[in-house]
Amino acid sequence: MDTLDPVLLSRLQFALTALYHFLFVPLTLGLSFILAIMESVYVMSGREIWRDMTKFWGKLFAINFAMGVATGITMEFQFGTNWAYYSHYVGDIFGVPLALEGLMAFFLESTFVGLFFFGWNKLSRIQHLGVTWLVALGSNLSALWILIANGWMQNPVGAQFNYQTMRMEVTSMADVILNPVAQAKFVHTVSAGYVVGSVFVLAISAFYLLRGRHLAFAKRSLAVAASFGLASAFSVVVLGDESGYLTTQNQKMKLASIEAEWHTTAAPASFTVFGIPDSTTQETHYAVRVPWVLGLIATRSIDQQVLGIDDLVKQADTRIHSGLIAYDALQTLKVSPLDADVQTAFDAHKDDLGYALLLKSIGVDPAKASDADIARAAQHTVPRVATLFWSFRIMVGLGLLFIFMFAFAFWVSATQRFERYTWFLRLCFYALPLPWIATSLGWIVAETGRQPWVIEGILPTQLAASSVSGMQVLSSLIGFVVFYSALAVVDFYLMRRYILMGPEEVLHKKILAPEERRALHGKGART
Amino acid sequence: MSTYETLRLIWWLLLALLITGFAVMDGFDLGVAAQLPFVARSDEERRITINSIGPVWEGNQVWFILGGGAAFAAFPLLYAVAFSGLYAAMFLVLLTFIVRPVGFDFRNKLQAPAWRRTWDSLLCGAGIVAALLFGVAVGNLFLGVPFSFDGDLRVTYTGGLLDLVRPFPLLCGLASLAMLLMHGAAYLRVKTEGVVAQRARTVLMTSALALAVLLAVGGLWVGTLQGFLLANPDPAGPSNPLLQSATRSSGAWLHNYGSYPWMMAAPLCAVGGALLAALAAWRRFELPAFLASALAVVGTLFTAGFSLFPFLLPSSTAPSQSLTIWDASSSQHTLAIMVAMVLLFLPVVLLYTAWVFRVLRGKVTAAYLRENDHSLY
Repeated sequence: MDTLDPVLLSRLQFALTALYHFLFVPLTLGLSFILAIMESVYVMSGREIWRDMTKFWGKLFAINFAMGVATGITMEFQFGTNWAYYSHYVGDIFGVPLALEGLMAFFLESTFVGLFFFGWNKLSRIQHLGVTWLVALGSNLSALWILIANGWMQNPVGAQFNYQTMRMEVTSMADVILNPVAQAKFVHTVSAGYVVGSVFVLAISAFYLLRGRHLAFAKRSLAVAASFGLASAFSVVVLGDESGYLTTQNQKMKLASIEAEWHTTAAPASFTVFGIPDSTTQETHYAVRVPWVLGLIATRSIDQQVLGIDDLVKQADTRIHSGLIAYDALQTLKVSPLDADVQTAFDAHKDDLGYALLLKSIGVDPAKASDADIARAAQHTVPRVATLFWSFRIMVGLGLLFIFMFAFAFWVSATQRFERYTWFLRLCFYALPLPWIATSLGWIVAETGRQPWVIEGILPTQLAASSVSGMQVLSSLIGFVVFYSALAVVDFYLMRRYILMGPEEVLHKKILAPEERRALHGKGART
Repeated sequence: MSTYETLRLIWWLLLALLITGFAVMDGFDLGVAAQLPFVARSDEERRITINSIGPVWEGNQVWFILGGGAAFAAFPLLYAVAFSGLYAAMFLVLLTFIVRPVGFDFRNKLQAPAWRRTWDSLLCGAGIVAALLFGVAVGNLFLGVPFSFDGDLRVTYTGGLLDLVRPFPLLCGLASLAMLLMHGAAYLRVKTEGVVAQRARTVLMTSALALAVLLAVGGLWVGTLQGFLLANPDPAGPSNPLLQSATRSSGAWLHNYGSYPWMMAAPLCAVGGALLAALAAWRRFELPAFLASALAVVGTLFTAGFSLFPFLLPSSTAPSQSLTIWDASSSQHTLAIMVAMVLLFLPVVLLYTAWVFRVLRGKVTAAYLRENDHSLY
């Protein structure tokens, strides 16, 4: 049993369940807005085909939404089940956005989603449109609160350690909520969701056009996806850059690792487009570099340095020494909490307390740490460079591809040249899985780049887990994998089947373009 | 009373209200699912039953999510110890809650009878297992669960899933199942007609009477249990379970009712509500039966809450380290902000939920099902 490490298994379980959850969330974020746009066009123009579009894409939304809800429940409780020490240590701060997510966002989304599906005949057109927008608003607000929570893990502002309760406590909730990292992450993440939703609609519409089915339906859907997707794809990249800038302010090690910047170089730093990072020799083989670009992105200047991994490790070493003073003081305060001198020493160094805990996380008692142990702990602050380097580059490459794809789709749609560009429609169809790859890699960059911390600079991941046995975690992990895989098969099957059936069979009606409808019903008939 | 003490008291009440909100709102969804194969035999009957909760269960379930989030924000140690300690039980609860969204949504997507029967069994099983587990969990609070803290407030738990299965918690599990079956049946009486409503009447009368009996037995049993008492409560002190001490004595769980006789209102509502629900069902009153059932649910949950107060999660191995509202709460700052947020936004939630129920008023009938065949579950 000793070989089963509950921390490693808990990390694996969290990563798998979070990535799995995020297969469905971005599609909910994107599709909910696309549905709201389509229904708005219906209400404004009165053209029935737009209501049919809302209903058909709404059916696919429903299948996806159920999976998003089902997999989200696990996330809400997993901090407690697998990360009990984390929950105790930062619950005073981290619990707040999670509770507010339920109160202000998830309630809104879930209460109205039932009316979206079942309220077509019970509400006026305007009322139903309002319901659809509230669902979209709710799902996006939900993302806001979750990213405020996640942003705090990356940039823990507005809180400090209280030795009486042995945990972090809020000093400024405004700082937690208005955390710049959280705001940048929010816009970047929801924009990515809009891209996922847009590629989904684009790819399936392209599929119908290639098959020569549901042409009027598909052309209009494609037009919505191309325009909404183009705006969103720009937003992802521009605001991705903003979060890159903020990363340099706070998570310098994450940035240096993404860029495989082993050593600090003279400003402005060059950007490595391609290379093979090697963590043993601490260099990047076959590197192709573009001068100045990294310095410009990371510091918005040409004279500031981007610190390399070697200098950041030295900084960590210094902070561990400082943290050890806080750690020693804390041990005294546990027994005699009123000792004023010790309190002063603790307060002076408590911002580095987390660095002393790094020693614990590599199995060294901080009270007996040697300089060699400290150097080893400092080296431990370097995340997996190659994973970050490549995940980031593939994500950015895909982001740029989406801009070109949506721009071209927009042009094809605006000029109605669908027949001439069948190769492009085929490309759109095969692009279907790509945005999911990009979003998953985005989370991998964000979260493996934070290692070895669960809360940057505050609490090492290794110390955050529950005191449960490896066997227990292994059982739940296997349970989730089996259960989630079965659901994935069912979900994929249903999606595929409904897409192949197409809007007419799903909605049990003939879908007519406004001009066909006029021809059928004579001039002046309602469209 | 200091501000911190007041805030902790308010948060005990808010947590109780959120959990009660979950039991009243999502309780009938769980109860309907748990009795699905008994009240509905044909596919049409089952669709009527499922569609009676179809548009609302999703919103109702958020009470569960919010309860978890609020516990995390207001009583982080409770969230940490309860869910890591009851690891396997919590995993089972999660599975039952994962099954529901997909079950409701996927069932109608294909026609094949085997497909639909599979989802029906899963939904029913999920409802029964969840109802039982919630009761077993509450029952274990009365006995205490085995956990203790080290100097860094890292918790160690020394028990497994099977240690939760003890006679008193099992009784609570049965009471919980009876309660949710009653509540689900009362809801079905309001939302359906014909054969489904008739069968629900039988379920309602049987389960309401069973609940009344189980509550009475439970009440007598609690008097014999080794309850917990705080020796030196420090309601405004730092949230640290290492700083307080508690003792155990027989009948201590009834102590609060002696000090505050008005608390007897809760058990009276529980038993009285159940009896009234049975009576109303017998006389074929629909809405009054549902209201009586809701009263019984509120009464039952508050009975548990009042008996345990101020304990949240007693420890059987280190009674002094038990979690109470005084030693497991968030900081004063966080509690204050969260009270403001809840008072501001929960009324909004209640308002739009009420509007949605108003829009959806009326019975789900076979005719309605046929008219809206392609948009319903």
